[in-house]
Amino acid sequence: MKTIDTTGLSCPEPVIRTRAALQTLAAGEQLQVLVDTVTARENVLRTARSLKYDAVAADRDGGMVVTITKK
Amino acid sequence: MRQQLSAFFASRWGIILAGVVIGLLAALLPKLGNPPNMGVCVACFERDIAGAFGLHRAAVVQYLRPEIPAFVLGSLAAALLFGEFRARAGSAPLVRFFLGVFAMIGALVFLGCPWRAILRLAGGDWNAIIGIAGLTLGVGIGGAFIKQGFSLGRSRETFKIAGGLMPALMVGILLLALAQPAFILISEKGPGSLHAPILISLAVGLLIGFLAQRTRFCTMGAIRDFVLIRDTHLLLGLLAMIVTAFLANLALGQFKPGFEAQAIAHSSHLWNFLGMVLAGLCFALAGGCPGRQLFLTGEGDTDSGVFVLGMIVGAGFAHNWLLAAAPDKLAEGVLTVGGPGLNGQVAVGIGLVFCLVLGFAMRERFE
Repeated sequence: MKTIDTTGLSCPEPVIRTRAALQTLAAGEQLQVLVDTVTARENVLRTARSLKYDAVAADRDGGMVVTITKK
Repeated sequence: MRQQLSAFFASRWGIILAGVVIGLLAALLPKLGNPPNMGVCVACFERDIAGAFGLHRAAVVQYLRPEIPAFVLGSLAAALLFGEFRARAGSAPLVRFFLGVFAMIGALVFLGCPWRAILRLAGGDWNAIIGIAGLTLGVGIGGAFIKQGFSLGRSRETFKIAGGLMPALMVGILLLALAQPAFILISEKGPGSLHAPILISLAVGLLIGFLAQRTRFCTMGAIRDFVLIRDTHLLLGLLAMIVTAFLANLALGQFKPGFEAQAIAHSSHLWNFLGMVLAGLCFALAGGCPGRQLFLTGEGDTDSGVFVLGMIVGAGFAHNWLLAAAPDKLAEGVLTVGGPGLNGQVAVGIGLVFCLVLGFAMRERFE
């Protein structure tokens, strides 16, 4: 599973980095995106779902993580 | 209940509702006293605040606009209520300050920020079409830089009290607006003398601030997300705002189509375009339109606060150094086309070079 850290980055950098990271994955692989604002979490979730990938968000260590499964 | 509300505000209908409410209120404020097509203009209102503080001496644009502090405090209320207040700092504050300065200069060469560009369009001022075209190009260039790795770097969590500083400043501005001490300047004529009753402006600002924080409404982000990744979420809010303001303007008799001699506007097409290219580029590189910067400030983002301060200082320079455009004048049937003088034109050029240098120089590799 690949992990990218987008904490502290301004909008839309978390989404841009998520999309770039997804391009490097094969179908079935997972990507974890670390975010630290609800806005970034919403944006990453919406991006993943608009690409028809499964995505779930969870709290972790005071921050948040979005896990995306590429189809 | 809070979760359901959050889910609604994050949905398409949430952003559309925000656009409808903002469009309606922004069309109503001129009817209640605000300048024409200026129900909400973040750049103009910050410029008026700069004037009220004496940072510039343009006597016609001095007034402590309550909408600006209300935007921040409405956002603060929403952020506290929904547990999203997070004090943060450290993402290239000085760069953001200068982006704020040049964003203001670009906006004052056009005579309005993206919010007013939309409202001018909804009021029939066709110069706004050229401004919005410039804005789109500027945002597109900024978006291309971001796609290539442009970044202002990471912010990090800081002390809560630091995140409360800008909201505290905004409370201070509101108190001064209410108390009106002698050292606060107020226009006796011109746009600065035109304003809705203070409590109405305050209430409208608080509501917009609250809604915009919940829905992440952003005029620049709407264009950027569509251009960059074909995401129409924020664009729906922007379109809802335009359509609602247009219909409200029609109903209120405020729709006056044309290019020339529009209220507080000029028909110097090149500079309407270039002014907004600069403003759009600055907003894109800084990650939000001038309204969004205020809403982020309310959430505890001190870097956005620095951008806001840059815009206010930029307004001071824009008027002291005669960078801002003059509006068209119609006297005895003779039209004098306004626009920026040489100083303003040079300032736009310097601003564009500044942004391009940043765009190429501040890049991180990522995959």
